[in-house]
Amino acid sequence: MTDQTAVAEQPSAPEKDPVLARVEERFGERLLEAQVTFDQPTFVVKREDLIALATFLRDDPELQFIRLSDICGIDYLNLGKTPRFGVIYHLHSFKLNRWARIRVQVDEDDAVVPTLTGEWPGANWFEREVYDLFGIEFNGHPDMTRILTPDEWEVHPLRKDFQPPKEPHEWSFNPEQWQKAVQRGS
Amino acid sequence: MAVRTIEEQNLVLNMGPQHPSTHGVLRLVLELDGETVVSCKPVIGYLHTGFEKMFEQKTYWQGVTYSDRMDYLAPLSNNLGYSLAVEKLLDVEIPPRATVGRVILAELTRIASHLVWLGTQAMDMGAMSVFLYCFRERERILDIFEMCSGQRMMCSYIRPGGLAYDLPHGFEEAVQAVLDIMPERIDEYEALLTKNGIWRDRTIGIGVLRLEDAIRLCVTGPNLRASGGSLDVRRDRPYCGYEEYDFDVIVGERGDIYERYLVRVREMRESVKIIQQALKRLPDGPYVTSDRKVAFPPRSELATSMEALIHHFKLATEGFRVPAGEVYSVIESPRGELGMYLVADGSSKAYRLHVRAPSFASLQALPVIAKGALVADLVAMIGSLDPVLGEVDR
Repeated sequence: MTDQTAVAEQPSAPEKDPVLARVEERFGERLLEAQVTFDQPTFVVKREDLIALATFLRDDPELQFIRLSDICGIDYLNLGKTPRFGVIYHLHSFKLNRWARIRVQVDEDDAVVPTLTGEWPGANWFEREVYDLFGIEFNGHPDMTRILTPDEWEVHPLRKDFQPPKEPHEWSFNPEQWQKAVQRGS
Repeated sequence: MAVRTIEEQNLVLNMGPQHPSTHGVLRLVLELDGETVVSCKPVIGYLHTGFEKMFEQKTYWQGVTYSDRMDYLAPLSNNLGYSLAVEKLLDVEIPPRATVGRVILAELTRIASHLVWLGTQAMDMGAMSVFLYCFRERERILDIFEMCSGQRMMCSYIRPGGLAYDLPHGFEEAVQAVLDIMPERIDEYEALLTKNGIWRDRTIGIGVLRLEDAIRLCVTGPNLRASGGSLDVRRDRPYCGYEEYDFDVIVGERGDIYERYLVRVREMRESVKIIQQALKRLPDGPYVTSDRKVAFPPRSELATSMEALIHHFKLATEGFRVPAGEVYSVIESPRGELGMYLVADGSSKAYRLHVRAPSFASLQALPVIAKGALVADLVAMIGSLDPVLGEVDR
């Protein structure tokens, strides 16, 4: 008898993830989705909330996700999800030794996301890569140009509906473009 | 009297992509004022191969061979990072022999990769002989890779589920032989460089990357540790049982080229320590998981078991299926945080695999540390960040 009551008194649900609880407390309704998989908290937000959430994760003394680990894009076309695109940010906390993930939903018609280069200058190349491969633009980015594929390309290869060109692409050298690249700096 | 002025203009110089000391096909557009670098803009993409797109077209097993080709100086680290990401979603158990074998191979890879770095870094700065010493030992390590996989560079030996084949006869002896010579060989490199006046003059206080900048620029690995950032995934988020090994994470302070040199040399010594411990605990037993949905059944079963034949057929034609989900799996490659963000949709091909390449991020620090430097030092700075362009461009 006593054993049974002891069991009943234990909380039925496992303790909530501290990162999840902290962010939910602050952002509440603005989180479209929040869950923990493989010990990585994932937050889905609209693009308006991206910078607020990222800086909150970075500056909150209990979380301190001060290091931006990675940015990448994804095209959900074949999974039938809407909106079609997503941009995924991974932040790392030295304090907690964990990675947190932010996913921003991006519409196909209005594929623009605010840049994080103001918060982390290292976001620069990662965002250019997403722009290059998915065609998602980053608003306020200092140098929104292609990074891996030739500048004059018009396709975005990692989109699911990308058709490889029939002809091989000739690399060209354009001195004017080159001068511009110099003036832009990096 | 009118004074005639001469219009001064900065010189724009193109360096690379075919340049012996840009470590592959890195191109830099330099703006020079005399010999001083005013600005430096890295231009990348010359080796873009579309690996991330290829991962979506190939089965998970075929994907292993692509992971080799990204960071071609540390193929087994890339194999490991890829395999761990897939295994996390698969939720298979890896036998201890495979896990310990992976640690040995990953650390050998780290030594081999740092040896290439050390040799080329010294050669870029005019010390040709160091290169020959470093490659002498690297060959011995590649011999071990060849013993295991038949390949010296593109090993594809670590695969989802375990290893491709069992560790060969004589593997332990061969590794032990390398371990026996390695500490004194590292002493030799240090004798050539650590107290060398020219080396010190050209590296101390050159290419300083401050810790705040390093973190803001997403720099990881030895470059971050040389600046004082204590981050090593092996210690902080252990995989493959690294928590059971006794090793130090080498953290520097000054963040200059000399410090990056010291960090990498000491890391080689730590790797030797880890391999020594791993060799002692290398157990016998299976080298690949017994989950027939992931790994081929033994050849002997095919003649007698209908089920084994079906599994064999399904694996050979279709490959294994990975349950839907997403995971960001991180390992410490020789160059830093190698992250694999895998999204699976339940089929036998990855829906999306993004590779967070450590040297892609590290290379962003180059314009910051090169500003105001001399052109001659720029070459040393490129090398000190240890970029591998196969990984940068993917």
